[in-house]
Amino acid sequence: MATIGTNEFKAGLKIMLDGEPTNILENEFVKPGKGQAFSRVRLRKLISNKVLEKTFKSNETFETADVMDVELAYLYSDGEFWHFMNNDTFEQIAADSKALGDNLKWLVENNLCTITLWNGIPITVYPPNFVELEIVQTDPGLKGDTAGTGGKPATLSTGAVVRVPLFVQQGEIVKVDTRSGEYVSRAQK
Amino acid sequence: MTHTIDWRPSASIETLQQRANIIRQIRDFFYQREVLEVDTPALSHASVTDLHLRAFSTQFNDPGAPKASTLYLQTSPEFAMKRLLCAGSGAIFQLSKAFRNEEAGRWHNPEFTMLEWYRPDFDHFMLMDEMDDLVMPILATGKAQRLTYQQAFMQVLACDPIATDLVELQRLCVELGYAELAVKEDDKDVLLNLLFSQHIEPAISQQQPCFVYDFPASQAALAKLNPEDPRVAQRFELYYKGVELANGFHELSDPQEQRQRFLQDNIKRQQHGLPIIAVDEYFLAALENGLPPCAGVALGVDRLLMLALDCKRVSQVLAFSHTNA
Repeated sequence: MATIGTNEFKAGLKIMLDGEPTNILENEFVKPGKGQAFSRVRLRKLISNKVLEKTFKSNETFETADVMDVELAYLYSDGEFWHFMNNDTFEQIAADSKALGDNLKWLVENNLCTITLWNGIPITVYPPNFVELEIVQTDPGLKGDTAGTGGKPATLSTGAVVRVPLFVQQGEIVKVDTRSGEYVSRAQK
Repeated sequence: MTHTIDWRPSASIETLQQRANIIRQIRDFFYQREVLEVDTPALSHASVTDLHLRAFSTQFNDPGAPKASTLYLQTSPEFAMKRLLCAGSGAIFQLSKAFRNEEAGRWHNPEFTMLEWYRPDFDHFMLMDEMDDLVMPILATGKAQRLTYQQAFMQVLACDPIATDLVELQRLCVELGYAELAVKEDDKDVLLNLLFSQHIEPAISQQQPCFVYDFPASQAALAKLNPEDPRVAQRFELYYKGVELANGFHELSDPQEQRQRFLQDNIKRQQHGLPIIAVDEYFLAALENGLPPCAGVALGVDRLLMLALDCKRVSQVLAFSHTNA
């Protein structure tokens, strides 16, 4: 694996830190006129998803991480693994529940997801920013409420629970922002 | 393809006008005080031995010489200016480009404008007074506060940087979240630099500029040691809003001690796998002849402009930063 010095760090570069692939978010060069140079780096560990700040001596070297993002379509789950397919090559890949984490609740068949691979193995799965899902359970709303005063909880077909306006009814399809988990609108018919 | 090439200046034309005004203000200040403006070479046969400075070098194909020789771009005009002082120039100032390799970032550009000046018969405190007169009107602040290096550390981290040993310092660095770096570091000055740049600088100079003086003797560079406490050197720096603006000395004039410090630097360079830098014999010969007692300081003009004009990045005060120079 290639090594890289802190002086070459830039946003988006992936390195190995404590055995975990890590994404560089920001790198600030710190150099007293007459003293040792440092790099103050903000980074995100790609498995635990923790963001942290570290200070390194300049020219300290790290292994680069073999990490890449691919766009794959979600196919199905066999209960243990979630299977995705490359729509161009028809190659399939399976992700485990650790890689999916909370994003499990936004998986919709045939949706294109962004999957981060480390040494060819999925470590994170990001659903599209917006998904459309059916409401399988919600209390009937009050008549006349159109603005949505706080709303009510609704359970979607994947098990996700979002707050929806009172006028939205069971059986309807709603559009949800997966990054915030918030209701956006009723789906266009 | 031409439309994708970023040919435009990194500073706005308005900023460049303000830059010109402030540089004229600096020049007027010294002309009014009858300080001689000088212009020393950017290329020289020798360079600095500092462990943490990287000079650019190039090959000079002298038509009169059998083979090419190495020339260095100056990292500051210090040696040449001191040779002028040794030759009897009296007070001198210079506005020039300085060049430092491996330095680029929000506050760094590999070439930058430096204001350097020397005052015979001044000590570092008198020079701080003069800096108050020059710099504070540009920054629109009152006089700078003054703290010793030790006081600054005590105030911010409750730690005595002079008396503390390496183990103690490592423990403090671990507490502050620098475990990986601290446990394998055996140079006390690296840890002091880390704590100083990350914790002291931002804390001491937010409201008003601050001079820090009496640096540890191990960081003396070209300063005299303090005769009352040789654990510290008569070196000072100026900070404002967490930024290092200037570095000055009550100048070391003893040629033997100066040679020793160069040799010590080179031993350290060797230990770190860095090339040995030939010591500047012209400079040492000038010191043999006698450097008048004096104080001198170098100030980063681009940073002064950033602070005066409230710019976030050094590129915003440069006609062209290194990325499209």
